[in-house]
Amino acid sequence: MDYIGEQLLPGQLGHFFIILSMVAALLASVAYFLSAQAKNPGDENAWKKLGRIAFLTQVFSIFAVFGLLFYIIHNHLFEYHYAWKHSSRSLELKYLLSCFWEGQEGSFLLWSACHAILGSILIKRSGQWEAPVMSVLSITQFALATMVAGLYIFGWKMGSNPFILLRDSGVFDNAPAMHVNFDINQPVRPDYLQSVTDGNDLNPLLQNYWMVIHPPFLFMGFASTTIPFAFAMAGLWKKQYGEWTKPALPWALFSAAVLGVGIMMGGMWAYESLTFGGYWAWDPVENASLVPWMIGISGIHTLLIYRHSGHSLRATYLFFILSFGFVLYSTFLTRSGILGEASVHAFTDLGMNWQLSAFLFAFTIPPLIYFARNYRKIPSVQQEENISSREFWIFIGALVFFLSAIVIIGQTSTPVLNKVLGTNIAPPEDAEFSYNSIQIYVAIIVAALTAFSQYLRYKDTPRAFFWKKMLIPGIITLVFCALFLLLGDIKYDRKGPVFNGSIWLAVFCSIYTIVANFSYIWLGLKGKLRLSGGSVAHVGFGMVLLGILISSSNKDILSNNIGGIPAPLAEGENPRENLTLIKDMTANMGRYSLTYLGDSAHPKKEQWYYKIRVKSNDGKEDFVLMPNAFVNYKGNEGLMANPDARHYWDHDVFAYITSVPNPDNAKDTASFKPYTRKPGDSLFYSNGYIVINELKRRDSVPEDLFGKEGFLYELPLTIHSKTGSIYTVTTHLANAKTGYFALPDTVPSESLVLQLQKVNPDQTMELGVKESGAVMKYVTLKAYRYPMIRLLWYGVWITAIGILISMVHRIRMNRRKSQEQTV
Amino acid sequence: MKKIHIILLVLVAGSIAVLMSFLKTSSTYDTIETAMAKPGKFVHLMAKLDKTQPIEYDAVKNPNFLSFTAVDSTGKSMKVIYRNAKPDNLELSDKLVLKGKYTDGLFDCQDIQTKCPSKYKEEQAKGGTHPGNIPQSK
Repeated sequence: MDYIGEQLLPGQLGHFFIILSMVAALLASVAYFLSAQAKNPGDENAWKKLGRIAFLTQVFSIFAVFGLLFYIIHNHLFEYHYAWKHSSRSLELKYLLSCFWEGQEGSFLLWSACHAILGSILIKRSGQWEAPVMSVLSITQFALATMVAGLYIFGWKMGSNPFILLRDSGVFDNAPAMHVNFDINQPVRPDYLQSVTDGNDLNPLLQNYWMVIHPPFLFMGFASTTIPFAFAMAGLWKKQYGEWTKPALPWALFSAAVLGVGIMMGGMWAYESLTFGGYWAWDPVENASLVPWMIGISGIHTLLIYRHSGHSLRATYLFFILSFGFVLYSTFLTRSGILGEASVHAFTDLGMNWQLSAFLFAFTIPPLIYFARNYRKIPSVQQEENISSREFWIFIGALVFFLSAIVIIGQTSTPVLNKVLGTNIAPPEDAEFSYNSIQIYVAIIVAALTAFSQYLRYKDTPRAFFWKKMLIPGIITLVFCALFLLLGDIKYDRKGPVFNGSIWLAVFCSIYTIVANFSYIWLGLKGKLRLSGGSVAHVGFGMVLLGILISSSNKDILSNNIGGIPAPLAEGENPRENLTLIKDMTANMGRYSLTYLGDSAHPKKEQWYYKIRVKSNDGKEDFVLMPNAFVNYKGNEGLMANPDARHYWDHDVFAYITSVPNPDNAKDTASFKPYTRKPGDSLFYSNGYIVINELKRRDSVPEDLFGKEGFLYELPLTIHSKTGSIYTVTTHLANAKTGYFALPDTVPSESLVLQLQKVNPDQTMELGVKESGAVMKYVTLKAYRYPMIRLLWYGVWITAIGILISMVHRIRMNRRKSQEQTV
Repeated sequence: MKKIHIILLVLVAGSIAVLMSFLKTSSTYDTIETAMAKPGKFVHLMAKLDKTQPIEYDAVKNPNFLSFTAVDSTGKSMKVIYRNAKPDNLELSDKLVLKGKYTDGLFDCQDIQTKCPSKYKEEQAKGGTHPGNIPQSK
């Protein structure tokens, strides 16, 4: 059957290039393998040439697939499931790329594309290592290509094809309107495309600029862990057990910088567009990407030890294999749907769990066995490390970092444990604290080691030399810590004095790291910036730690719900974090006062911006925050909020909306409509019904207000809104000196004003009901103040810059060495 | 034995101890019946919203009080209170992970994780309006 309006060519071409990339990757891997195994140079070069052609074909195919998929999304070709599911016509151009990586297929392609770029550089630069390294990289590329292959092999589906058509995707299976004769057993209507006018759009939470750049960085980070791994494998393979470390080091540094930045960009995205009130929540998805980075960092440090002292080569192998292995494990965790209840990030199960676990096992178990079998052949130094040597302490640091990563992934893996062993382990009551309470000690140890180990020398350090060098940074640190003791504060006492004390200690250690490494640039390296990458990175790392410690432990909740606003709290109840602001009514919250000024709508979308004026009581800060929210977006009832923050050099003020009145309630019937009812009756209003409860008469009323004859009627009412909410209000009718007068009560969220107007002798009464959109506008929000959060962001960049300085330095050194060798 | 090996052993043993103690503090996934069997103990209650019962939430009165009824797969139901703002997509969710304790006939919830049907499945739910503009019925 022909379907009207479909463009089938881009999809067919796309699928062709996917298959081509898969075949080419396999061919490249085999050709490079034969080249690496070849006995004579002629064969070696011939196979290498074929490998290169195959790999570059693969590179071209990947980018063709990328381009075609982008064409489909950009032109809103909703006959393709991918475009329909992840984009829409109203989506801004800049987010079209994010649509790409919203789906699993797109993110696999992104990963593949990163490998393609790295592989092309390797072909040019890796010299004698090209064949074995590219063989490993190409087989990884093959595995990734199978993830998007969408091929059926004996009824078993391999991979998920991003170019699948909407009508083939199963979406129409339960949509009779899309089938001939409205019968789902009949084929899809030829003119179905006319009914598909728009796509599902990108998840509003992903409509944020960090989501445009975070995934490319993250996947480049993931992809780059493959390179040191491939070098390690090549080292074992070619029996050049130590030589690979030289070319692998710049790659490992690159990987650490890019992956680190990628992870923290995710943190910035979470901070700016998610509403858990922070940048890190120890969510399984975050942990799964942090762990490979931590192990990679350990690998870099042991590699440096090896290059300078000959120790720790075996550990270096292990760390690089595991760093790559945990990237695959994280892929498995986040994409298989196994995390289920454990993660707030909803990942849909594509039904590829077997393929994902096969990928994981095929690329971790054989390398580990290969490593174990060659373990004895890997050279190691028999002589013990001297306790005053640099390598001794760096090794301990790397080990602590590695074990901390293992503990984190262990804690994260309980859903896997539940699945495999059938246990029933859920996260503890305070899941974040279960990580923090452990990692705070890792931070203390690692920060302290980072501070002093640069002042040690490899092999052996004379005592006098060490103490002399350590004197100045030690004194400066003491001064800073004393200043912090006097002026700063750590207010986190919720978890007892031990944890609080640990935070203090960690703060001091971070200051020590910053000061000691900063000083080392001059004391140890005479201010030569090009050599001081390590120290710069360590300064950044110290800043990251300090920023995390201060911003998390001194986070202030500005929306503490204490007094002021009509939010009655039971006695002994803790102040809570949500605060309702009624339009134009200022709520004074201690250090700040908050006012809700009004809202404005996005011209194209169901997205509202709420103007919240924030004023500090010392008069120094006065600004308007505009947190926004998607309300009832695309027919999805509910609210999706994005925070807004005001940045100061030393703190951020941050707010997001947690609840708004339902806009459907804004109907105005400005006058009171009278209804006559008796207790037990009910009456309807536009959005539900009201139950009239028992009428009470109170005679003991203050005489000075009501006069001698005065009394008060009390009528409790229960309002049942059709959304399911129940409200109880009590209206009053007073008989005072001046005669009867009504005291109305309001239900703001239902835009309802109720008053008891008259009580008849036969116990019936007249109730006045007014529905007004203008009753009250309000928003409910949470607001926080984060001190020193900038320190964290700058720290991340400085760490990355430091690592890149080292990378450049190492590349230069390698080149100089190879030139010397050729001369 | 080298010093470094002793340190290695100590640290690995420490890590194992840390993981074991983590397992001790961990909680469990429960149904309403098993949660009621251990009052005062922190659990992850797997349930869903009982849509036949009212949801009580009035942001102007108290933005930090929500009350609703949860029902689990066995059909048992229980009243839940949550001292926080109503999660955005409570009504929309098809599954709730309620983290809290059962006390005095109520489930006192500290955190709610809503699990929404994925867009993909939502389309297939009969009669539901469709976000991507595919008419579901005649």
